Amino acid sequence: MSITWNTAPAPAPAVIAPAPAPAQPAAPRRPSVPLLHRPRVQRLLLPLLVGLLLVGGWQALVVGMELPPYLVPSPALMMKTLVADWAVLGGALLVTLKITVLSFIVATIVGVLVSFLFVQSRLIETALFPYAVLLQVTPIVAVAPLIIIWVKDPTASLVICATLVALFPIISNTTLGLRSIDPDLQAYFRMNRATRLQTLVRLRVPSALPYFFGGLRISSGLALIGAVVAEFVAGTGGNATGLAYQILMAGYQLNIPRMFAALLLISLTGVALFALMAWATRAALGSWHASELSHD
Amino acid sequence: MTPGTPTESPAAAVPAIEVLSAQKTYPNGTLALQPVDLSIQEGEFVTLLGPSGCGKSTLLKMIAGLLEPTDGRLLLWRKPVAAALEGEGKNQETPGRPKFPGSPRGTGGAEPRPGGRRMAFVFQSPTLMPWASVQANVRLPLDLAKVPRAEADARVAEALELVGLTKFAKALPRALSGGMQMRVSIARGLVVQPNLLLMDEPFGALDEITRHKLDADLLELWRKKKLTVVFVTHSIHEAVFLSSRVVMMAARPGRIVEEVRIDEPYPRSEEFMVSSEFQHYAKHLQRSLRAASLHTDEEATV
Repeated sequence: MSITWNTAPAPAPAVIAPAPAPAQPAAPRRPSVPLLHRPRVQRLLLPLLVGLLLVGGWQALVVGMELPPYLVPSPALMMKTLVADWAVLGGALLVTLKITVLSFIVATIVGVLVSFLFVQSRLIETALFPYAVLLQVTPIVAVAPLIIIWVKDPTASLVICATLVALFPIISNTTLGLRSIDPDLQAYFRMNRATRLQTLVRLRVPSALPYFFGGLRISSGLALIGAVVAEFVAGTGGNATGLAYQILMAGYQLNIPRMFAALLLISLTGVALFALMAWATRAALGSWHASELSHD
Repeated sequence: MTPGTPTESPAAAVPAIEVLSAQKTYPNGTLALQPVDLSIQEGEFVTLLGPSGCGKSTLLKMIAGLLEPTDGRLLLWRKPVAAALEGEGKNQETPGRPKFPGSPRGTGGAEPRPGGRRMAFVFQSPTLMPWASVQANVRLPLDLAKVPRAEADARVAEALELVGLTKFAKALPRALSGGMQMRVSIARGLVVQPNLLLMDEPFGALDEITRHKLDADLLELWRKKKLTVVFVTHSIHEAVFLSSRVVMMAARPGRIVEEVRIDEPYPRSEEFMVSSEFQHYAKHLQRSLRAASLHTDEEATV
């Protein structure tokens, strides 16, 4: 059904013609950015490329220089060991993961509670903050033996050690966040006779969220480091042993491929924790906070 | 129909605000405000006009109870500021209250119901919670006063309608323009159904066109709701256009120089802004401002 006067080149602007019949059948009007130019693809592809190059170079180096596996195992051997020793390593991963997650949770809860306490009065903060710093600067390796002696349960002692490592960033960040409130908004709350609790819940906590999540990102990694370090110090723990113990034992037995495989698992755990925190941050702040709005 | 300026209804004159030789010295010794006296009647639209550093914001914040005067007193409806304002919720009005202007309810608070006065403060910046929707931001004062949710939501809807933002109730503040954010801030002020509206250079950061629009809308609201407004600005034109009275202030030290009554009928249209009367007032204020600052400079050089 063609309407002749419509397809004709007549300029007649008086008639608002219906959209001219498409020459090509149904070409969807999508902004055709090449796949490789999309920021999302790039964010995934570029690090992957670097990783491939590194692993490839590593493999080539080991094979080319004929390095013995007890010095540097090739990535292929490492992966092979990971699969072959999964029964041991998988169990160890679970133990380390359990200690990490437990201590991270405890650190988050304790850290937030301490921050709430700190912002209630400057006096409390002034009195207690030096001890929070003390906690942070004392090397966990030096304190861990004591804790392991004092606390009978091996899991509990490891969790305490890892918590001590992970605690400080949460305290300091959350306290900073709870104090970082718009002074005008604070005046507004005061003018409306908001109670302490109302100000905390409706103003301080939301204002603190970006800082809090920043603290979580740091602490998630630290909890893992704390868990591994504590287990190193504890040496032969109970019957359930973690990745650090596997690394220690593999070192004694010169089973370097297994050592590397355990290391890989620790790194991957750290990356996974970080990614989880980044996701949580985005879920909580994505709609309103400047830090999350710059993406895409 | 115009809310009673004091000249029109001296008999019913209830001073909403009395500033009795209040002064402010900051801890570092700067005299922010010399002792000033000022009386503002109910239903007035008073502008505090002056250059930066003249203490106009300080005076406004003292009226709001955000700052304590170093010396002197401030009364709202003949009571000290803290006692004059009752929190929302302690005196909730019946849900079916009339919401139109001219209804008996709004007649300038002629009935001295104790504790029935409410004040709203609009800051220089919108001062909104970035994580909360427009609706939640406007509802904040009601939430703080624990007004039941259903009633609160109804009043929020009403306030948003007044400022023309009904469509944006669910939006986050960052999605709105500066002018719209300011409207949200005003809606948050109106939702408590204030008798007294204090505004601290609310439109200072906006472009001229948006500012004119908001000025006109504000006048409309003032007339509709029979508010008492104290408005701080450094724009002579804005002051003349809005006010029933302009309080001219000067800096170093902050003080009141002159009070000028703008005896022009409301509603004021765009035409008023190009009238010779408008120019006359503007010129007068300009001269007075210049004289005051000259005076200051002479003192400074001596």
